[in-house]
Parts: sequence; structure tokens; C-alpha cells
Amino acid sequence: MDLVSEVKMAQMASTEKVRYIIDEVRKGKILVLEKGLNPMEEAKLIEMTMSIIQPEVFSGIEMQSYPSGEDTSILGKLFKKQITKRLTVIGPANQLKTLKKDRNLISALVSASK
Amino acid sequence: MSMIKRFKVSFSKIFAKLFKKKSACIGIYGPPNAGKTTLSNRILRDWVGNEETMGSISHIAHETRHAKRRNSISIEARGHSINLDIVDTPGLATKIDFHDFMEEGMSDAESKKRSKEATEGVIEAVKWLEDLDGVILVMDATDNPYTQVNVTVIGNMEARNLPLLIVANKVDLPNADPGIIKDAFPQHPIVPISALEGVGMDSFYEALAKQFG
Repeated sequence: MDLVSEVKMAQMASTEKVRYIIDEVRKGKILVLEKGLNPMEEAKLIEMTMSIIQPEVFSGIEMQSYPSGEDTSILGKLFKKQITKRLTVIGPANQLKTLKKDRNLISALVSASK
Repeated sequence: MSMIKRFKVSFSKIFAKLFKKKSACIGIYGPPNAGKTTLSNRILRDWVGNEETMGSISHIAHETRHAKRRNSISIEARGHSINLDIVDTPGLATKIDFHDFMEEGMSDAESKKRSKEATEGVIEAVKWLEDLDGVILVMDATDNPYTQVNVTVIGNMEARNLPLLIVANKVDLPNADPGIIKDAFPQHPIVPISALEGVGMDSFYEALAKQFG
């Protein structure tokens, strides 16, 4: 499992982020992104995942991020800013299973076997 | 025809062309088996008639594997009419395992074919997000609403600043709880309906006119 910092992801362009995630997940890694992806990048990741699904080889990804929430900082409240990038966990669908999820908690089961 | 009359006619044509409001193009999104096509068919049944349908429905996921568009549906609600183009999209997913189709009784070959077509359908649905004026997000009111598909679709609409209407579908089922969806996404309008039984459709059309009219 790799815990990926916001700084590492911020150095990449959107396409690079999606490519990096796909490559790591295909190697069997579980990634925990400190600040996740923006919604357009999430959609791009879904699209790219679909393009590489192969029966018996790769069935896709499990991805879980929190829903957007209100920015509770003074500036955030003033401008009614939404927080769209929050912690995200991504892994191969056959190794990561979401057990429970709500607004602020993701409970997942990670399996070592493929 | 007099010169003035002709001038008036051409001017009104130009004016109509310039300022005629085009139909808003609205996508119906959601995870597989949430009831998107059932809702699309219900809308057509209520406002188009002629037994026209958007597509077939099935208990097996990914029955809709190509987006289908129906132009110019006139809907009367809240005292005025709105004109919408509706796009029924394939169910969004982050994984598609052909074994799931085999468990439903399909053959190995059929399951793999459906799986392949389903992945293409998801890609098509994602691409459509860029060409829409708004989204109706259909959620199954018997399921946990915090799925990644819901989070991603809502995030995309918020980031693009486009209108969104959430539908809590399947309220005819005993374990449906639209309240959980309201708690999960309080910043967006939510209408509880049963597209299959036609429950809550008046409220749905009112919300539709308010959001996209």
C-alpha cells in the first residue's frame, strides 16, 4: 500500500496522475491519496479504467473518495467554497472491497491474494 | 406583400433565430440498475405517448450499453412548459467483472461480450458529461448513496456549475429510505419517486421545471 502525498500528486498533470494511478493499481498496489483527484480527473480515471478492462486479467478498480463538503475556514465560509478534493483510496477491484462508507468514513477490506 | 410587412416578417425571423431558447440537453446518470431507463421510459410515456420507449429494462446490470438521446420532449409543470432533450446513459461503474453476468445465467461468451460492451458504454457515458446542460442523477433508495459513481457525478456537476436533480428511485420497495440520500447530499434538490410505479412523478416534473426550465 502506498500513501501518496498531496505534493507528489500536485507535481503531475491530470493525465499523468491518471496514468500513474492506473499503472500502480495494475501492479496490485493500493493507493491512498492524501488529497485525491478533482471530479474531472475521477471521471477520466473511470474512462481510462474501462478502456483497459480485460476478462480474466483486470476487472477494474475500486475507488472511494468522500463527497464534497463546505470549506469551514473563514475564507471558505465567506465565499461558500466547496472542498472537492479529499482523501481517496484506490486499488484493484479484486483486492480492495468497500465495506461501509458514509460522509466522513470509508471502511475497506484489503486482500493480498489476487 | 408591402415592403414594411416583408421587413417585419424577416426581422421577426431573425429575432426568433437569435433569441430562440434551444432545448436543454439533460443526461440521466446513475449506477447500473438504479432505474435510469425505467425513468426515461416513464418520461416518454407521460409526455410523448405512442408507446415509444428509450430502451429495454432488465434485472441484470448494464442492460443499457449505448447512450440514447430523445430530442424535444415538452413537459408541462408549474404552469409553464419546458422543452428538453433527454439522454439515457449506460450505468457508470469503476469495475466490470464478466463473472457477475455468468452468475445471472449467461454463458461465458455472452458474459464476456456484455462485459466488453458495458465498458464501452461507461466510456460513452463519461464523455457525454462534457456536452450536457444538466443531469438527473438516479439513485436506488434501497442502496447506500455514498457510492463513488454518485460522488463523481455530483462533483462534476458542481465543478462545472451545472444544475443537478437527484432522484431517489424505487420508493415502492419496503426497504427504501430516501432520507439517507437527503442527508448525504443536502446541497442538492432530491425527489423521491418510483419510476416503475409512477409514484411521485408530479413532484419530479415540478422539480425538473424548476431546475432546468
